[in-house]
Amino acid sequence: MRNKLFLILAILVGVSGCSAPAGTWGWYVIDPTLPNGYNNIRFLLNGFGATITVSVIAAVLSMTIGLIVALPGMSLNRWVRLPSRIYVEFVRAIPLLPMLFWVFYGLPVVLRSMGINFPIEPFWGAVITLAISDSAFTAEIYRSGIQSINKGQTEAAKTIGLSYIQSMLYVILPQAIRRILPPLANQFIYIVKMSAFASVIGMQELTRRANELVVTEYRPLEIYTLLIFEYLILVLIISFFVRWLERKMGSDERK
Amino acid sequence: MHNPNTAIEIKGLNKWYGDFKALTDVSLTVSDGERVVVCGPSGSGKSTLIRCVNSLENHDSGQITVNGKLLADKHSINEITSEVGMVFQNFNLFPHLSVLQNLTLGPIKARGMSRKDAEERAMAYLERVRIPEQANKKPTQLSGGQQQRVAIARSLCMEPKIMLFDEPTSALDPEMIAEVLDVIIDLAEDGMTMIVVTHEMGFAKKAADRMVFMDQGEIVETGTPAEFFEAPKSKRCQLFLKQILQH
Ligand SMILES: Nc1ncnc2c1ncn2[C@@H]1O[C@H](COP(=O)(O)OP(=O)(O)OP(=O)(O)O)[C@@H](O)[C@H]1O
Ligand SMILES: [Mg+2]
Repeated sequence: MRNKLFLILAILVGVSGCSAPAGTWGWYVIDPTLPNGYNNIRFLLNGFGATITVSVIAAVLSMTIGLIVALPGMSLNRWVRLPSRIYVEFVRAIPLLPMLFWVFYGLPVVLRSMGINFPIEPFWGAVITLAISDSAFTAEIYRSGIQSINKGQTEAAKTIGLSYIQSMLYVILPQAIRRILPPLANQFIYIVKMSAFASVIGMQELTRRANELVVTEYRPLEIYTLLIFEYLILVLIISFFVRWLERKMGSDERK
Repeated sequence: MHNPNTAIEIKGLNKWYGDFKALTDVSLTVSDGERVVVCGPSGSGKSTLIRCVNSLENHDSGQITVNGKLLADKHSINEITSEVGMVFQNFNLFPHLSVLQNLTLGPIKARGMSRKDAEERAMAYLERVRIPEQANKKPTQLSGGQQQRVAIARSLCMEPKIMLFDEPTSALDPEMIAEVLDVIIDLAEDGMTMIVVTHEMGFAKKAADRMVFMDQGEIVETGTPAEFFEAPKSKRCQLFLKQILQH
């Protein structure tokens, strides 16, 4: 972890320290010691709030939808299983960007035709798209995690009178969670990165702000470099947290 | 009509796994308080039979009646399984819970008992299987014999009228078999109705009221232990006993 941070710092210093002919580099656009640069940086960093909010809400929704899809997907009855399979295959096949367009531009039309006048704001358009698109993957994560638990556990739960929901809640999920959480956290990283697509429907998150600044400042290299580091830092913080979580759960099991 | 002394009545039971016929026309009646030992070669359908009784498996045709209730719809299944306890070959304890929590989970969640009452009951049954001092350990910290005794206590905490045992000592090291069998014999002496699938013939001679020999999904022979061991009628049974008693 520490090594990684050093590496990033080194790259940052290297990039910004490059001496180049005037007119090639323009780090002044994001130089916090200059009034304009300071304002620009503030403008860019303010995108963190939206990126994080969209990602967190989408992730929570995705985990919920994923579980709701995964549970019937493990039924012994193929007709109960079928809708889950169709959902997963269908959603997994749609690229994020077309789905985002469909939700943002198409869904309001569908709603209006049903007599519901509900404009979809960029924020919710992004949340819905990210959550649905990701839920196909979380559903598969739940499924493999739950199926990794020995069938005997379910049988034992049944023989002591637990209902299906109770045996999931008290017996299966607590054991499966160790296997489920790390890949779920990985999916969260995926959501954070994919939230950049929300910029195309006008959501004021990190990428959108960078785009807008590029249009006024004509400094794509510097601004996009900063943008990349913004994501990098965000993802590193999350992956640091994931490691911590994995260690914690690993040690809990040894106890 | 239902004979009040009949605990389990199985009539004409058939069971397929896909194309494979695991049980063929199995009929068996177990009286209240009776101890039935089921034996037979591997793959003969012993597990399948007792798993049908507490509906861990669905049967394809035939009738199963437990304490006068026909095993049919979801309601009757719940009613019946609450009266039938089951002990598995590989214990199936919940590894993420302590021994005490393993025992109280059913009473608290399925029966709505208070934690305090459930723990009292759990401790009583842990005494019964002679390991009250292990209450706060995790199952993985116990020996196989201790784990199986916890599994028995966990079943008993639901206060079943009938206990099913599926090779309860097969996964145990030889020196631990006796401690588990002693607990089962203890239960048998208290009048618990039980079906025990086992190859422990010493146990069978001591505890069984009746022996059932299965082969290829059929009940080939039943009889008192005396008849069964002294004078088995069928060839298949004679062969089986010869093989098993050699070991
Ligand atoms: N879930 C299943 N799917 C398909 N076949 C099965 C299934 N369970 C059991 N069988 C088959 O049914 C037959 C009877 O199995 P069962 O487990 O009842 O035998 P058993 O008498 O308990 O044997 P063992 O002494 O090995 O435990 C075996 O041939 C087995 O392969
Ligand atoms: Mg078996």
